[in-house]
Amino acid sequence: MSVRGLALFVLRRLAALAVLLMIISFGVFSLLYLAPGSAEQVLLQGRAVDAATRNEIREAFNLNEPFLQQYRLWVSGAIRLDFGESIRTGEPVLNAILNRMGLTIFLGLYGFIVAMVAGLSLGILAAVKSRTSVDRGIVMFSIVGASAPPFVTGVFLLYLFAVLLGWFPAFGQGEGFADRFWHLTLPALALAFGGAALVVRLTRAGMIGALDQDFVTFARARGLSPRRVLRAYALRNALIPVVNAGALMLAFMLTGAALVEVTFALPGIGALLVESVNFRDLPMVQGLSMVLATVVILVNLATDVIYLFIDPRISYSETTA
Amino acid sequence: MSGDAIPTIGRGRMRWIPRTPFTLAFSFLVVGVVVLLAFAAPFVAPRDPQAQNLVVGLTTPNSEFWFGTDAVGRDVFSRTIFGARGALIGPVLIALGAFVIGNVLGLLAGYKGGLLDAAIMRWVDLMFALPGLLVAIVLVGVLGSSYALAVIVLLVLTSPFDTRIIRGATLEQRSLPYVEAARTLGVPAPRIMFRHIFPNILPITLPNAFLNFAFSLVALSALSFLGLGVGPGSAEWGRMLAESRLLLFDNPMAALAPGGMIVLTAASMNLVGDWLYERLADRGRAR
Repeated sequence: MSVRGLALFVLRRLAALAVLLMIISFGVFSLLYLAPGSAEQVLLQGRAVDAATRNEIREAFNLNEPFLQQYRLWVSGAIRLDFGESIRTGEPVLNAILNRMGLTIFLGLYGFIVAMVAGLSLGILAAVKSRTSVDRGIVMFSIVGASAPPFVTGVFLLYLFAVLLGWFPAFGQGEGFADRFWHLTLPALALAFGGAALVVRLTRAGMIGALDQDFVTFARARGLSPRRVLRAYALRNALIPVVNAGALMLAFMLTGAALVEVTFALPGIGALLVESVNFRDLPMVQGLSMVLATVVILVNLATDVIYLFIDPRISYSETTA
Repeated sequence: MSGDAIPTIGRGRMRWIPRTPFTLAFSFLVVGVVVLLAFAAPFVAPRDPQAQNLVVGLTTPNSEFWFGTDAVGRDVFSRTIFGARGALIGPVLIALGAFVIGNVLGLLAGYKGGLLDAAIMRWVDLMFALPGLLVAIVLVGVLGSSYALAVIVLLVLTSPFDTRIIRGATLEQRSLPYVEAARTLGVPAPRIMFRHIFPNILPITLPNAFLNFAFSLVALSALSFLGLGVGPGSAEWGRMLAESRLLLFDNPMAALAPGGMIVLTAASMNLVGDWLYERLADRGRAR
């Protein structure tokens, strides 16, 4: 595929992203409009106030405007990256998100790397040692991993490594890189367990399938070293479903981050979403939905582009409108 | 292809799952015990799961309270037993609902094709692009927390996966001679779909319902863990774990027991589903 074709493909997908974001924002906006409890009720918390104060609050959050006008006002702000102010803290939504984003990105990347490294190596090992006790152990690990939600893994890790052994801190996010790395190790492991299980499954199945192929037998017959056969022939073919799982992994990591952040009391955007939703902090929920949707869509796009480099058979030039 | 219902995935080394008879028996035992506890909870549990005992307060496991007590002196052992109910009802409803919705939509999309297929699949694609549990968090949180709403939202988020699988299986069956024969004989389309194709794709759809159960159990308990779904103080495993999380230093059992039960039940259901899949797929091939 030419560079121009690739650029066109990416551009077209970015245009689709804009449309999708509009749809999602309208969906979230209508949902919040329909939901019980308006911004003023959240602010008042059931306190009795006079009509003037009530009206002032309604003005401040554009609640006196008709629905479509409210949405229009929100969009015109959102385009300038102004998502309004949090009802709960009064902080601008974007600031709050940016302040807490760093922790989630750190945690997500840490978890993602652990899950990929552990998943790929265990998956390859299981495939190479297929039907031995090693394989058996690794598959059992992946079944438990697939069934253990991050908050359960997190609590067990906390008990084992923080309470019983005392190797890692039980809470806090750490100052500076090394300290943060140390503080976020248990949360990252909790986050990575389920992801690693998924990667193990896919890698193992892909590798076993690839090792059965004729071209691998032929490469072996030509006398190529086992290492080269594994790397250049089997692994490259087995990786395709794993890359596909990358997008799935991200969705998993985002959801997982919310659970892990709540489990370890870490102030990331996942915890922020849960807090805001529980508090009905409407502007914050809207802003977060937009940010999360953008991230998910961009990663899906990145996955499709990475595909192109791994599998030369795929071309997007003629497919998808 | 030799008329095989499940090409490649059901065959050979690919699907081999290292599962000893012991692990399988153990999985069946766990599932059986959870079902039993859900029905017989009031007779099995030594105490009222909601009864607070502020005199006893927070204790570690002892001969009187096998799993100790939580912060307000409630018996963790009894609460864990009653938790089996929440762990069974919601996931069963979701698995059943997704089975019905997935079969209807999947068979229609796969068999009828055309515009209907395109419409159903666009919806499925959209749902696939969403990070399900995040959507559930926003929906359940904003629309008002209730167990019923959590179940409905998860059902809506789960059924596209079933629809996709069943559509794929239906497409494979559609070109087989028995379907063609039925069509030539003038059997009406609904009858072909639900009396002819449906039983032939059961080896795929039935085990899938078990995997859905495991997934919904984890998802539902995650929602309750976050305070969405069941109310505070409920004897539900995810909720118990959330409330006892801070007691790890005082009575770790209060958090570890419900957490362990979630993993044990979900893993067992997954193993039973996998076993069922292999059994049914094998039987189909032998015929």
